Amino acid sequence: MVRTYLLLAWTWLRASAQYPGQLATMAIGSFAVNALDVLAIWVIFEHTGSLAGFGLAEVMFLYGSAGLSFALSDMLFGNVDRLSQHIRTGTFDTMLIRPASAFVQMAVDRFGVHRFGRTAQAAVVLGIALSQLDLPWSRAWMIPVMVVCGIVIFASVFALGGALQFLLTDAPEVANAFTYGGGTLTQYPLSVYGGELVRGVTFVVPLAFVNWQPGLFVLDRQDPFGLPYGLRFAAPLAALILAAVAAFAWRAGIRRYRSTGS
Amino acid sequence: MRIAGYGFRRHSAYRAAALAGAFTNTVFGILRAYVLIALWEARPGLAGYDIADAVTFCFLSQAFIGPMQLFGGGLELSGRVRTGDIAVDLVRPASLQMWSLADDLGRACYLLLLRSLPPTVVGAALFGLVTPVSPVTWVFFAASCALGMVVSFAWRYLMALSACWVVDDRGTQSLSLLMTLFFSGMVLPLNLFPGWLGSLAGALPWSAMVQVPADVYLGKRDVLEALGFQAAWAAALLALGALVTRAARHRVVIQGG
Repeated sequence: MVRTYLLLAWTWLRASAQYPGQLATMAIGSFAVNALDVLAIWVIFEHTGSLAGFGLAEVMFLYGSAGLSFALSDMLFGNVDRLSQHIRTGTFDTMLIRPASAFVQMAVDRFGVHRFGRTAQAAVVLGIALSQLDLPWSRAWMIPVMVVCGIVIFASVFALGGALQFLLTDAPEVANAFTYGGGTLTQYPLSVYGGELVRGVTFVVPLAFVNWQPGLFVLDRQDPFGLPYGLRFAAPLAALILAAVAAFAWRAGIRRYRSTGS
Repeated sequence: MRIAGYGFRRHSAYRAAALAGAFTNTVFGILRAYVLIALWEARPGLAGYDIADAVTFCFLSQAFIGPMQLFGGGLELSGRVRTGDIAVDLVRPASLQMWSLADDLGRACYLLLLRSLPPTVVGAALFGLVTPVSPVTWVFFAASCALGMVVSFAWRYLMALSACWVVDDRGTQSLSLLMTLFFSGMVLPLNLFPGWLGSLAGALPWSAMVQVPADVYLGKRDVLEALGFQAAWAAALLALGALVTRAARHRVVIQGG
């Protein structure tokens, strides 16, 4: 599966390399649009020293780590949200009869360098935040773990959003509320949001494990909502469970899929 | 008027998509509202808003996404430039710009009903939004929204016609998206911007799409001055659009076949 993915990604990359100018503008554009979020955080901290108990460097750390997870999973799997388009035009049928996983084909469809723009932006922010925070290794080891778990969690959310489109072919934007909404939610410390919302994203859709719970460990902070300390290490478990649910949903979606016939 | 009606009806074919958009706008509205609440709890009365004003601003800006088409696009024109159908549009006896404007206003009115009301109602139920008491404010707010739609159209029309000169308009579109999101007040209320950035943002046309109508609604700005500002930008951009249309007519070469 990984080999198929890499092969197809390479093919798409070579195809998009035919238009280098367009490629560069799109990468820069995606970098700049996402830089707006950072500009917004900066404007907020022009007015206040701390937001919901967190300082600028800490917010940047939470933003950068979640942003990196989101950008990488968007780059690798984000195209699944175009499923409804493929169903409507009938191109999804072509994918199903090819001897490769339909999910891999969907995910890699139109893979392009422009998608590195967002990743680069998040990595820069994370790098700056880390240089400001000066974390000891006894806590910093969690950072790569949380980024990888975050990728799995967001990829599962993308897959769930894709599976949802088997049902809601006419309304693909509903999935955006969860995928891009999840990306936006994790940009700020969860202490900004209300307690019910935070419990929801901890125990129902485990977005809190992308950067919030492990982030509390890295930053060595009290949980403002008083949830158990052990949750800080539960990110891999949450990622695995969500991935299993997503795989199940995707398969169920494919099983009940009926072609539009066009 | 009739063309606007057709635009309204054409878009009403996509009811599910509009409702899905409304759902997404609502979710984002809730997330952004919490961030603004956290900021205003740290700094009460910042920029002349209280918490209720800030939350209202947030949901109004989410509501404007559909009608003002803040994420760009919405016009079929740019696709028609790429396919060459624009040539037919340019030789029609009706003004291309006015025709597109009517069509776009029809679209905006439809989205106002389906994509703007739901997020605002949910926002009011969850957070309690500010509602102006005086009916005069509502009248001015409606006028301000209408002018905002015209400014938004005039801007997107220019962007769409730019495809006559630059072959691939995705670069200009993404630049336009950037300016619109940041300088309209979508990302953060413009009155939070510090110093010269704030005054610059307030003078640019994009503020007419979100910040000015929201301020008229909240009663934070002198109404006549606000409407004058929007009308001036609408007139300027429409005039520029008319000039560009004339230039495009000379520029486009119809290939036979």
